[in-house]
Amino acid sequence: MSSTIKDIFGKNLRQYGIMLALVVIVLIFAVATQGKLIMPDNVWSLIQQNAYVLILALGMLMVIIAGHIDLSVGSGVAFIGAIVGWMMYTWHTNWVLAVLAGIAVGLLVGVWQGFWVAFVRIPAFVVTLASMLLFRGLAQVIAGRTMAGFPQDFNKIANGSLPNWFGFIANPLAGLFPKGSPFGAELDLVTVLIGVIAVVGMVITGWRSRVRQIQHNLPVESMGLTIGRWVGVGLAILVITYILSMNLIGGTPILLVLVGALILIYAFVTTRTVFGRHVYAVGGNRMAALLSGVNTARVDFMIFVNMGFLTAVAAIVTTSRAGAAVAAAGQSFELDAIAACFIGGTAVTGGIGRVSGAMIGALIMGVLNQGLSILTVDTNWQMAIKGLILLLAVTWDLVSKRRSRLA
Amino acid sequence: MSDDYILQMRGITKEFPGVKALSDVNIAVRRGEIYAICGENGAGKSTLMEVLSGVHPHGSYSGEIIFDGELCTFRSIRDSEAKGIVIIHQELALSPFLSIGENIFIGNERAKFGVIDWRETNAQAAALLARVGLTEHPQTIVADIGVGKQQLVEIAKALAKHVKLLILDEPTAALNDDDSENLLQLIRGLKAEGITSIIISHKLAEIEAIADTTIVIRDGHTISSLDMHGGDDVSQARIIHDMVGRPLEHRFPEHNPTIGEEVFRVEDWTVFHPIDTERKVVDGVNLNVRRGEIVGLAGLMGAGRTEFAMSVFGHSYGSRISGQAYKAGQPVALTTVDQAMDNGIVYATEDRKRYGLNLIQSVKENITSAGLPKLAHVGVIETEAEGSVAEGYRRELNIKTPTIEVPVGKLSGGNQQKVVLAKWIYTDPDLLILDEPTRGIDVGAKYEIYTIIDALADAGKGVLMISSELPELLGVCDRIYTLAEGRITGCVSRSQATQESLMQLMTMEKGSGDTL
Repeated sequence: MSSTIKDIFGKNLRQYGIMLALVVIVLIFAVATQGKLIMPDNVWSLIQQNAYVLILALGMLMVIIAGHIDLSVGSGVAFIGAIVGWMMYTWHTNWVLAVLAGIAVGLLVGVWQGFWVAFVRIPAFVVTLASMLLFRGLAQVIAGRTMAGFPQDFNKIANGSLPNWFGFIANPLAGLFPKGSPFGAELDLVTVLIGVIAVVGMVITGWRSRVRQIQHNLPVESMGLTIGRWVGVGLAILVITYILSMNLIGGTPILLVLVGALILIYAFVTTRTVFGRHVYAVGGNRMAALLSGVNTARVDFMIFVNMGFLTAVAAIVTTSRAGAAVAAAGQSFELDAIAACFIGGTAVTGGIGRVSGAMIGALIMGVLNQGLSILTVDTNWQMAIKGLILLLAVTWDLVSKRRSRLA
Repeated sequence: MSDDYILQMRGITKEFPGVKALSDVNIAVRRGEIYAICGENGAGKSTLMEVLSGVHPHGSYSGEIIFDGELCTFRSIRDSEAKGIVIIHQELALSPFLSIGENIFIGNERAKFGVIDWRETNAQAAALLARVGLTEHPQTIVADIGVGKQQLVEIAKALAKHVKLLILDEPTAALNDDDSENLLQLIRGLKAEGITSIIISHKLAEIEAIADTTIVIRDGHTISSLDMHGGDDVSQARIIHDMVGRPLEHRFPEHNPTIGEEVFRVEDWTVFHPIDTERKVVDGVNLNVRRGEIVGLAGLMGAGRTEFAMSVFGHSYGSRISGQAYKAGQPVALTTVDQAMDNGIVYATEDRKRYGLNLIQSVKENITSAGLPKLAHVGVIETEAEGSVAEGYRRELNIKTPTIEVPVGKLSGGNQQKVVLAKWIYTDPDLLILDEPTRGIDVGAKYEIYTIIDALADAGKGVLMISSELPELLGVCDRIYTLAEGRITGCVSRSQATQESLMQLMTMEKGSGDTL
C-alpha cells in the first residue's frame, strides 16, 4: 500500500477495506443469483432474517472490546423468548407488558452475568459457557412445548411495515425498467422520506461537526474523503430505500427502524460517551485504566447488563418473527454475533472495534446467508463457508497488523 | 594466589539502539572463588551477565569470552549451560505448580524415549536437595515452599546441570535474614566443592562477608576489581565511591524553588507484600512534601519505592496497609484510585507501557483518560473541547506526534512520557508522584521532562520523584529521602547531599546503623 493512499484513508483503511468486501460480496451474489438477491422481497427477508445478528453484534462489540466474550446470547434469546411467549400464551398478558417483562428479564440476565464476571471475577468465557447451558435448559423447561398464537400486533414487530401514511408517488425511474418489472412500481412516500431524511441528516451532522472542529483548530479529514464517503453511503441508503419503497412489499420494515435506531444510539455511546471511552480503555490496557481512575468492575458489569438488554430485544424480534416461542430458538446466535464483530475488525485481544465495522460484518454474514440460501446451497455447506470466511477475515486482520508493526 | 582463571571477559562492548550498555568491560574470574559485582541500577551488571550466558547471542556484542580455556560463542542460554554456566535470576524461573523434582530437571528430564523415569527423577532430585540442605520431598509442589527454599531449589537445579560457574542475581533481595545467611553459607559450601560463584548484590555488608573479589561497574565500564582479603583494605566507603564517583554535569535546568505549605504527609506507612502477607515491603515510612517542592525518593532495586508510591495511590499495591496520610494537614483516606485522585494525588508509573498508557488508543484519548469527567456533560464527551485540550498539551509540552489521533504506541519513549505527564497534569493535582520519569529516554527529552517538573513545582504543586539516577535526583530535587529495605534511612537537602552520602544511606541495612 503506498503511503499516499494511507494518508488519504488514514486509520480507517481497514474500515474501507471491509466496506469494499461487502460491496464485492453483494455484487457476486447479485450476479450469481441472477439479480434475485436484490429483489425487494429478498432484501426484505434479508433484513428480517438477520436483524438479530445486527442487534446482538452491537452488544457483543462492547463485550469483545472490553476483552470479554459472551457465549450465552443464543440461549438467552431462547430463554427470554420463552418467558415472553409464556406470558402471552398462558396468561394472555397484554403484548406490551410481555415485551417490557422480556426486557426486564434481559436486564436481570445481564446482572447475573455481570455479577460473576465483574465482582467474583470469573472469566467471562466460563461464566457465559455455564449460562449457555443454564438458559438453554430453562428455555426447554418453559417452552418444552412450542407456544404460538400471539397477538397480531406482537407479530408485526418483526413482520410488519410502517403504514402507508402518505400514499404513493410515481416512480421517477420507471422508464428504465421494462413494463411489469417490480423495479418500476410506485413508491411508498413514507419510505422515500425516511431514506431522504437519513441521507440529509448524515450530511448535516457531518458538516456541523466538521465546522466545529475547524473552529477549534482541530485537524479534519480531507474534504474529498468526506464527500466520497457521503456519496458512497448516501447511494447505498438510497438504493435500499428505492428497493424497499416499492409498493409490492409494503414499505419500511418496522424492524429496520428499530435496528437503525439502535445502531445510531450505540454508535453514539461508543464514540461520544464517557462509558464508551471507558470500555475501550479497559480493553486496551486494564491496569492503565484502573490506575487512571476507571472503575473497571463497574464497566465490566454494565457491559453485560447492556448485553442482556440487547439479548432481550433480539429475543422479542426472534419470537415475533416466528410467531412462536420455541426452546430451540437462538441456536448459535452467539457465534453469528461474535463472527460479525471479528469480520468487522474488532480486535480479538480487545481495545479496538467500531459499531460501523461490526454492522458491516453482520451484513456480510447476512448477505452470505441470504445469497447461499437463494442459491439453495445446503445449510451444512453454508456453515462451513461462513466458518472459513471468519477465519480468513481474522487472519487478514492479524497479519496486516503484524506487518504494520514491522514497518 | 593462583592465576587459574575460569572466566575471562575481554573488551566486552554491547550497544542497544541509542544506548551503550557496556563499554570495553574486562573481568577475570579465578577458579573456585566467590566474586561480587556491584553497581547502581542500570550500571550494566545484568547486561554483562546476559552477554555471558548467551541471552545476547555471540555477534550482538563485541569482545571475547574465554571460559575454561576455550573461546566461547554462545548463541543461547542452552549453549552456556552446556558449558556449565548457570544464571539464577532475581525473579525465580521455577514453574510454581510443578513439583520440586520436576522443576530441577525441567528441560533436562530424566527420561527414556521421551517417557519420564520418575524413580530416577525423584532419587536424583533427593540427592541434589540434600546437597543444598533441603529436606523437602521431591514431589512437593514448588508453590508450597517459601521463597528462601525456592532459591535453594534453583541452586539444586543448577547443580543438576553440572554447574561450574554459578551466577546469582540479587539472590538475597527477597529473603529474610535467616534465609540469606543460610544461602551465603551454602555458597561457601559450593566454593569448597570447587564451584565458582558470581553474586550480583546491592548489600555491601553481605559482599564484605562473602566475596573474595568485588568488581565495581559504573555506566557500563569496569571501574575496579577489589581484592577483599589482600592489602587493599577495602571498605564499604571505597565500594560506594567507585559505584557513584562520576562527575556531575550541568544537564539540569536552573530552578529556584518557592516552597510553601505542606501539601502531603504520610505517617508510619507500612505495607505488606500482596501474596506473601508476612513480608513487610514498606516499613513505617514518614515523609512529607510541600507546595512548590520537588522531593526525591532514592533507593536501590527492591527498596520498596514503587511499592510505597503505588500503595499511596489508592492502595494499588500491597496488603495490610497501615499508617495515615494527610493532605494539607487533614487526614485523608486513600483506599481507591478514585479517592486518591479526588484528593489531588496522582501517580505516574515507572512502567509506562504496562501501567501508564493504552498504547492502541490515540494520544488524545490517553491525555484525557484520567480527567475525562471534566470534559463530559451528563456522560457525553464534548468532542471538540477534548480535542482542544489534547492539542493544548501537545503544544505546551512539545509532544512530537503527527496528529493527536495517532496511537500513542507509535511515539518515542520521551513523547510517551510527556503524554503520561499531560494526562495527570490535566487532572490538576496537588501532588504528583513521578516514578522514574526519565527512564529509557534520551538526554534531550530528559531535559524537557525536568523543565516540565520544575514548571509543575512553580505552579504550586508538590512533586515526589522516584529515581534510580542519583545525579538526576541531585540535579532536580530540593530534598531527598533515601529508602532501604522499605525504611526511610535519611532525608537530606540538596545542598548537603552527595552521591556518596546518598548511596551510603541507600545501602544501610537493618541494624547496621541508626536510622532517622
